[in-house]
Amino acid sequence: MQTVDVDVSHEEAVRQLGICNSCRYCEGYCGAFQALTRYREFDEPTVSHLANLCHNCRGCYYACQYTEPHEFAINIPSLLANVRAKNWEQHVKPQWLSRSMQRQVWPYVVLTVVFTLLFSLAIGVPWLSSQPFYASMSHNLMVLIFTPLFLIPIASLAWGVRSYWRSVGAESLTLQNLKDALASAATLRQLSGGQGQGCNYEDEDRFSSWRRWGHQATMYGFLLCFASTSTATLFHYLFGWEAPYSFFSLPKLFGVSGGILLSVGTAGLFYLKTKADVALGSEQRTRSEYVFITLLFLVSTTGLLLYAFSGTALASAWLIIHLAVVATFFVAIPYSKMAHGFFRLAALCRESQLN
Amino acid sequence: MVSPVSSIEPNASLITPGEGEWLADVIVVGGGNAALCAAICAAETGASVAVLERSPKTYRGGNSRHVRNFRCRHTGPLGVLSDDYELDEFYDDLLRVTKGNTDEALAKLVIEQSSECYEWMLEQGVLFQPSLSGTLSLSRTNAFFLGGGKALVNAYYRRCEDMGVAIHYNATAVGFHIEAGDADGVLIDFDGEQRYVRGKAIVIASGGYESNKEWLAEAWGEAAKNFLIRGTPYNRGEVLKCLLTAGADSIGDPTQCHAVAIDGRAPEYDGGIVTRLDCVPFSVVLNSDGQRFYDEGEDVWPKRYAIWGRLVAAQANQVGYSIIDSQSSDLFMPSVFPAVKADTLPELFEQLGLPVNRALQEVGEFNDACQQGEFHSNELDGLSTSGLTPEKTNWARPIDQPPFYGYALRPGVTFTYLGINVDNSARVSFGEKASKNIWAAGEIVAGNILGEGYLAGFGMTIGTVFGRIAGQQAGRYANS
Repeated sequence: MQTVDVDVSHEEAVRQLGICNSCRYCEGYCGAFQALTRYREFDEPTVSHLANLCHNCRGCYYACQYTEPHEFAINIPSLLANVRAKNWEQHVKPQWLSRSMQRQVWPYVVLTVVFTLLFSLAIGVPWLSSQPFYASMSHNLMVLIFTPLFLIPIASLAWGVRSYWRSVGAESLTLQNLKDALASAATLRQLSGGQGQGCNYEDEDRFSSWRRWGHQATMYGFLLCFASTSTATLFHYLFGWEAPYSFFSLPKLFGVSGGILLSVGTAGLFYLKTKADVALGSEQRTRSEYVFITLLFLVSTTGLLLYAFSGTALASAWLIIHLAVVATFFVAIPYSKMAHGFFRLAALCRESQLN
Repeated sequence: MVSPVSSIEPNASLITPGEGEWLADVIVVGGGNAALCAAICAAETGASVAVLERSPKTYRGGNSRHVRNFRCRHTGPLGVLSDDYELDEFYDDLLRVTKGNTDEALAKLVIEQSSECYEWMLEQGVLFQPSLSGTLSLSRTNAFFLGGGKALVNAYYRRCEDMGVAIHYNATAVGFHIEAGDADGVLIDFDGEQRYVRGKAIVIASGGYESNKEWLAEAWGEAAKNFLIRGTPYNRGEVLKCLLTAGADSIGDPTQCHAVAIDGRAPEYDGGIVTRLDCVPFSVVLNSDGQRFYDEGEDVWPKRYAIWGRLVAAQANQVGYSIIDSQSSDLFMPSVFPAVKADTLPELFEQLGLPVNRALQEVGEFNDACQQGEFHSNELDGLSTSGLTPEKTNWARPIDQPPFYGYALRPGVTFTYLGINVDNSARVSFGEKASKNIWAAGEIVAGNILGEGYLAGFGMTIGTVFGRIAGQQAGRYANS
């Protein structure tokens, strides 16, 4: 099967969406199709908006009577996946970093190796030591390294989403817009297939909710991990309570539950991805997507292992690996598949304005 | 690219009555809606079932791939259907479109059972959605399939797989051995290799012959070459021909097919829903000589699009040109191919390849004959021309606001009426005697109920009701 080129042309998007607009059989699957009926013409901002609403559930592809070998060669999931990723690459600066991290594997490998070496130096070789966490690396050094590693990518992401937001001609954001968008994202309503039957993902046209569950575990697991780090930071600076914390503390409870959810979710998503048809996504970005899922999996599993091995001779080794993958992940936030969540939220906010 | 499908020459020497390899208790010939409903119902009786779909998997489902809804009787709201749609009203609607050319008992059987079909379809995994935007007029009578007909077909194939029905793709029935109306076996071309196979019961649900242009030419002559076929290229009608040759009783007008006016740039086969053009009532339609030939505003488009298929088929080269101006360009569903557009009428006619002067004169006369009055796009507004032959009796507004738009129209064939006669248990008759083990359902029997005309979504109703009956009967017979 032929896939849409990585740099899908606007003409091709207009052609395919025009056919959908004359058919409309897929209206009930998701918000992207409901939004589509609003337009008679598709300029670039409109195509971008539709692309970022699409959750790649693939219901429309398997229902379509115009997929190849039909000469209309409709492949909306792939088309919109490519447009979407092109948006991330265009809006998140620097573009060269976006493009390489969205499409290549090597940036992730290089970053992980470099950070591993850096943290090895900071913590000190030989690795094997049973020192407690902060004993092997000073808290101040940690903050010194991770603050810019976190803030610079976040700023870059924010700037990119702002650029996208302006490009689609959005109005000023209201609280209602944000509420609508968060409600949709929280339930992954757009992956419900319209009636709760789910996606057509891991077994062609058979509907299933596994991907929705996998994504929920990943998203909520990630948010819990984030909550763990945030509460720990508050404990440290607000109350002066220093790590390590007991198991029944908020940072540990959030961290362990989030870590397990994130590990299970990403492993599930990885497995489902191996079963899905690559031609229905952005084929040239698939490898980089796999690497990103793996990275998220490593963030959580190395974190859990670090906890499990604390006080043992392997603790420093796990610490170095954990810090290296977390640092790589921080850098990757705006430049990887991770960008999708933020652009999608923006698109959902915009859709709330248009409805 | 969808190419015409060629017929397969049967190797009759392979037909060995009473021998042949055993395929299944129930052999279902065809792979569309009616065939799958029959396969599921036959499998529900415990019989082993094989489905023969002549297309590859990507094109499975025949014309059911293109359908979008199911007309359904109901008392009170039913799922996505609002209000009531009772038997009497449903039957009246059928009488109106067929001009009474129907079999009352069979028609009422189908209408009666359509209601329970809705629940049954849900149980098989079919999903419905509310009426699509722009089709609110059908929200009471027609249940739309989520994703359309291909999604419905997918759900049925999944159900068949789960029930252990054997699905054979690229499997074409090319011959039968039928003696005194009873079938012995079927000669099947499995992907190029022919084998004579046997079963206890056979269900024929192989569709019509609308994609067989040679056959269409028998009734329409050379004009058939210029027809576009809206659906599957696989409906070649060989099975129908086999049965008729074997003495099955035919039904329906062999010289007619249901054709609508569609976008002339549609592919030769399989263009489906997106090739429709709804602009005719707001336009003037010229033939290739630049002349009008029929009242474009006679009635609302859903009631007239079938007439226009034949009207255009009767014009030179089977083509018409629908001309509108900017006042009307947003009044209909967007079409899949952008209109030819120009700032002046001469430029537009030039681009469309029409005789410019003749066409200008025709549109000029039309514009002069338009009267003052209120224009209402969504009702018969009575805004008529005066003194023209033919008049345009509604929505007649001068075509004078640039830019101007033009669409070529061609006849798009939807289905054929000629089929085989069945009784209320879907049994095929040979010389007015019911066959012991051959049942039929779907488009091949639609002519029993739709003598002429068409009612949106009713083909699916006939297919589902008769498919279920045929499957149940064939399964029960096979088990007895």
